[in-house]
Amino acid sequence: MADKVIYAMYDDDDVLKDGAKKLVSKGVKVSEVFSPFPIHGIDPIIGVKNTRLGIMAFMYAITGTLLATIGMRYFMIVDWPMNVGGKPNNSYLQNILAFIPITFEFTVLCAAHGMALTYFLRNKTLPGLPAQNPDPRTTDDKFVMELRLSENSSFTEEELTALLQTTGYVELDQKVLN
Amino acid sequence: MDFKITKNANILTLVLIAVGLLFTGIGVVIEAGHDHGHHLGQRLAGNLLIDSFFFFGIGLGALFFLALQYATETGWYASVKRVIEAVAGFLPVGIILMVVTLLIITLQDGAHIYLWMDEEVVKHDEIIQGKSAYLNKAFFWIRTLVYFATYYIFWNGFKKRSLLEDQVGGTDIHFTNYKKAAVFLVFFAVFSSTSSWDWIMSIDVHWFSTLFGWYVFAGMWCSTMVVLVTLTLYLKKQGYLPNVNESHIHDLGKWMFAISFLWSYLWFSQFMLIWYANIGEEVTYYITRIKDFKLMYFGMFLINFALPMVLLMSRDAKRHAGILTFVGAIILFGHWVDVYIMIMAGSMGEAAYIGFLEIGLLLAVLGLFLKMILKNLTKAPLTVVNHPFLDESLHHEI
Repeated sequence: MADKVIYAMYDDDDVLKDGAKKLVSKGVKVSEVFSPFPIHGIDPIIGVKNTRLGIMAFMYAITGTLLATIGMRYFMIVDWPMNVGGKPNNSYLQNILAFIPITFEFTVLCAAHGMALTYFLRNKTLPGLPAQNPDPRTTDDKFVMELRLSENSSFTEEELTALLQTTGYVELDQKVLN
Repeated sequence: MDFKITKNANILTLVLIAVGLLFTGIGVVIEAGHDHGHHLGQRLAGNLLIDSFFFFGIGLGALFFLALQYATETGWYASVKRVIEAVAGFLPVGIILMVVTLLIITLQDGAHIYLWMDEEVVKHDEIIQGKSAYLNKAFFWIRTLVYFATYYIFWNGFKKRSLLEDQVGGTDIHFTNYKKAAVFLVFFAVFSSTSSWDWIMSIDVHWFSTLFGWYVFAGMWCSTMVVLVTLTLYLKKQGYLPNVNESHIHDLGKWMFAISFLWSYLWFSQFMLIWYANIGEEVTYYITRIKDFKLMYFGMFLINFALPMVLLMSRDAKRHAGILTFVGAIILFGHWVDVYIMIMAGSMGEAAYIGFLEIGLLLAVLGLFLKMILKNLTKAPLTVVNHPFLDESLHHEI
């Protein structure tokens, strides 16, 4: 089904935020905002759900902790017990202090890489994938708000444009999606 | 809106001081009857040092935190600036407490706390003799007075300019503060290390650790953040600070959370390296602690580390007044126990225990501390008016 999309471009994130507030209070659904950096406080305004990235981060972190523990126990205790400063080398628990820094580092490594990859994957922004933003300037210093006519069936295109007029955009663009 | 001390708060601080002094009195009587009062002087001086250092440290931590905001040209804190200044305002009283305590200890030739002050001990101890070029009464007092003078001068300057800014505005004061704060941080970086060697590490005079200064500093910074959060929440609850929103509370909570980790990290670094290297003259420090203070020492670490980690991890918890106050109160006591062990393990050793004297003096100085802070809050308007970043702070949202 053909859908018409309106892109309103702003040159200030606060102007966009105030504009979005105004539109949402009139019952308009803002489907997406494109910005070069995270705009604080925009999520609750346009109704973006809380991210579940934190849950994934926890899972990646636990994976890291486990892998580090299993790995180091195998390397240092089971496979080739090493005598470091006369510490008992047949026990992981008695030497746990020595393993904490690496466990910590590996936990952070797994959590950070896992989160970054998940984020790219979920947003379809892995290197080489086609760009999702409507205008390359939103990676520089411009901010774009996206309204879909299919999601705003109670408004006509003219009404939406008229409402946008009051929000102080700098450019208006339209696109028909198939 | 100007702050007025409520009747209840006033009564509370007075009751704290009265009960504290009463307990201290009972503690002194008990200790005097015990073992012919052999440990009385040492225990009393040790406790004076614990409590004056702990609360002096909170005031100093607030001064450091204020300087940090100036030097980094931070915006969000403008709404809580007067709260920070009120806590930093305890500094002169803290300095007096410290000077009195150190004088008492010096006049008793170390009071069995600073062994290097006792000539009889030094005569038979080659290790202390080797350190006596640095650790002697005269140089100790020169350094101590230099620290206090520096802290006081910078504190006084910041305070005066802050009040002046309310009247004249403009950005000149801001840039002066910016420069002075940077200079202060340089001094503080050196002095916070050396002063903790002088006042605390020299108790275990045969032992040394290069990161000891950071460890002590992280502990006092953490206590400062707890005090700042709870004081802000208290003022908010009383209906003051209308400009402070959830995001400011969240930021202060984040500081408390983060500095708990800094402290735990340094505790662990010091412990693990000494445990790993296992060198006789280094491990004695931990052997004393494990032998005489096992439960308290590791319990204190676990609480100060795990409690904020588990309870303050989530975003909502850092915005929840109840959780912040609960965790804050516990880790504030945890950091007091940390200072207690730092001072008592090296001086009284196995004879040390937390009794009437310890609790009493803690309550008395706590009462004085709260009284001074509340009094400081009345001295200046709670909201700054001409801070250049005030507008940013009003719209702070994270």
